[in-house]
Amino acid sequence: MTPVDYRMEAFRGTVGISGPVCVRGGGTRWGVGGGAAGAREVSAPLGILALEPAEMTVKVGAGTLLADLADALSDHGQEVGIDGPPGSTVGGALAVGRGPLRRRRVGAVADVLLQADCVGADGATFTAGGPTVKNVTGYDLCRLLVGSLGTLALLGVVILRTRPLPARIVWMGGEVEPDRVLSETYRPACVLWDGARTSVLLEGHAEDLERTAGRLARLGMAGMDPPDLPVGRGRWTGHLPSGGVLEVGTGVVHQPLEGAPPTVDDGVRALGARMKASFDPTGRLNPGRDPYGAVA
Amino acid sequence: MRWPWRRSPDPLVRELVDALGRDRVQVGEVARRLYSRDASVIRGGRAGVICFPESTREVSACVVAAVAHGRAFVARGAGTGLTGGAVPCDEPVMVVMTRMNRILKVDAQRRLAWVEPGVVNLDLSRHLAGTGLHFAPDPSSQQSCTIGGNVANNSGGPHCLLYGVTSAHVLAVEVVLPDGEVVVLGDEDGDAAGYDLRGAFVGGEGTLGIATRICVRLTEDPPEVATLLLDFTDVGAAAETVSAIIAEGIVPAALEMMDQRVVEAVEPFVRAGYPMDAAAVLIVELDGQPAGVADEIRRINGLAHTYGARSVRVAADEDERERIWKGRKSAFGAIAVIKPDYYLNDTVIPRTKLAEVIARIYEIVDEQDLMVMNVFHAGDGNLHPLIVFDAREEGVMERVLAAGEEIVRVSVAVGGVLSGEHGIGLEKKRFMSLQFSPADLEAQQRLRTAFDPAGMANPAKVLPSGASCGHVTSLGRVPEGMWI
Repeated sequence: MTPVDYRMEAFRGTVGISGPVCVRGGGTRWGVGGGAAGAREVSAPLGILALEPAEMTVKVGAGTLLADLADALSDHGQEVGIDGPPGSTVGGALAVGRGPLRRRRVGAVADVLLQADCVGADGATFTAGGPTVKNVTGYDLCRLLVGSLGTLALLGVVILRTRPLPARIVWMGGEVEPDRVLSETYRPACVLWDGARTSVLLEGHAEDLERTAGRLARLGMAGMDPPDLPVGRGRWTGHLPSGGVLEVGTGVVHQPLEGAPPTVDDGVRALGARMKASFDPTGRLNPGRDPYGAVA
Repeated sequence: MRWPWRRSPDPLVRELVDALGRDRVQVGEVARRLYSRDASVIRGGRAGVICFPESTREVSACVVAAVAHGRAFVARGAGTGLTGGAVPCDEPVMVVMTRMNRILKVDAQRRLAWVEPGVVNLDLSRHLAGTGLHFAPDPSSQQSCTIGGNVANNSGGPHCLLYGVTSAHVLAVEVVLPDGEVVVLGDEDGDAAGYDLRGAFVGGEGTLGIATRICVRLTEDPPEVATLLLDFTDVGAAAETVSAIIAEGIVPAALEMMDQRVVEAVEPFVRAGYPMDAAAVLIVELDGQPAGVADEIRRINGLAHTYGARSVRVAADEDERERIWKGRKSAFGAIAVIKPDYYLNDTVIPRTKLAEVIARIYEIVDEQDLMVMNVFHAGDGNLHPLIVFDAREEGVMERVLAAGEEIVRVSVAVGGVLSGEHGIGLEKKRFMSLQFSPADLEAQQRLRTAFDPAGMANPAKVLPSGASCGHVTSLGRVPEGMWI
């Protein structure tokens, strides 16, 4: 059992035991799944509490900026596999749960969250998961919390898995079919396709990248700056909307306008509703927000 | 065994026979005994009716019938679980999934496959030979365990160090919920809308419903693989080297440790080339692209010598590589030459605490006048202390269990967790409160209740509250071909 941190005590105090409440992070994706209109806004704990490069874990307040965390970790040659727009917080990125652009290499956001100290709807703190990189003790509450938009519990202090920063990265692009690019590369971090051009992010040892880049150059691809993606999101439905860019292999489409949330089977939605009712019977956490109303 | 009469007097059995046919519903004593235990040390379970469904519809019918008659249901795969997760409590309906063993679809381009839960783990990777893809989770029982069981236990394996445990490789899962309804959790992109109910379901140990179809992510075969054998005269130095490799920012595909007793038991049979006088050996597997792998070999060589390795051997060819792994995989079977019985634990500790905790484990076991062998997934701090003994010795059981409990306590005290890959089942329920507060456990119960409000799916497992059944009454012998 982890002793309760004073930061969590303070956070618990601000959340209280009744009334609609939500945590405001950087507010960079505040509208995702609907706003929490009328709810009292509180802030999650701040700061990097334990950076353990030899464990490849970091304990951090959910209110910490992703950029600050990235800075601290890069001093040790490490990173966490989550991203977000400038100004995003750790807790916000976890609550939104959107896969990072480099998901093909770094994995899903849910794979990053090892432990979470939370405040539940009843105003009591609880801990989900555990501090080690491998753990199957009890139910996987961490995965359930990622992407739940703060509707089941509010994230306070979290332990995240870190990973080594890639030795070298390179973006390449050209008018080549994505499948051709995939067949010439090994575990690219990201493959994007705008209907004509494919862009690929390669990561790894410099010599390996040079060799791969040489093969791609022979297909007509050339080095490029990181692509500027449209801000809206949608799901791949078999065709690209105008101005859209597909993340090959994840089904995410970056597009000028926000897409419609995917349709969800009634049975799944009912199970989701039971989950919400089980954790937050009075509906006080992030009222009005619906994870099923969000485009992943 | 078939039901000997034309119609069973038990309406539940009649309903199940109507749904599945007589051949696939068993109530005979032999079957009930066979399906009352798994590969764990737990004895005392008792199966009720045993069903062998062949489709999602039939699984749903089993569940609906069981619940309608007020009986719990327990899903079972190959029964290789080590914590009693499939041990039945109070004569439930056993839903044996081994007949649902078809590989339904392989989409090599999208790197995914749909399988039924009864598919044996290794069979999927064998089926994929030649596609350049494989299923990454490789639990030690992979020759016999099923993918449905892997999903239930969120299974690991040596190569999960780099690639992650089962949950990272399950994109979607079709589930029969405890009310008989069928839902698909997750999607083929691995990014479904709403709550991550797929993530919540994986590792549920059969208490949240029954998986009937599973969409797994397939992993590209690496272009380059290197297997290294590091040899140490001191266990602490080997453990420190593990910590140093991780601290250096190298995440090998696998990083395994074996102590002297394991080496001594294995080497005469396997001729893997392990030095018999080594206090410990490390197996390090690196994979990826050639220059990256070569660079990591160079860095590990440097670290190994800094931390006092006597030698670092890089397998020269596939044959040598296979022999190094065969030794590791034979460890469990080889212990039978030392003592006839075993008790295997599974905890995880912070990787920087390896040397300290391993030293403590030797002390704990010594204090109980027992013998321990250590062969484990060192890279992620996943300990597998294996206490070997002779059950005929009077009073030995109490000492074995006392040592096991102390190892769990020490692991949790240094910031570790109860289980890295075997799960909680019945065996570790009573330790849950070591790691979790009542509020933590209540939150876990909320997850369970959402899936199974009436508590009909594999009751009395995982969480310490509620009913109990089964108890550690005897310890098993080493099964043929098993490794840990």
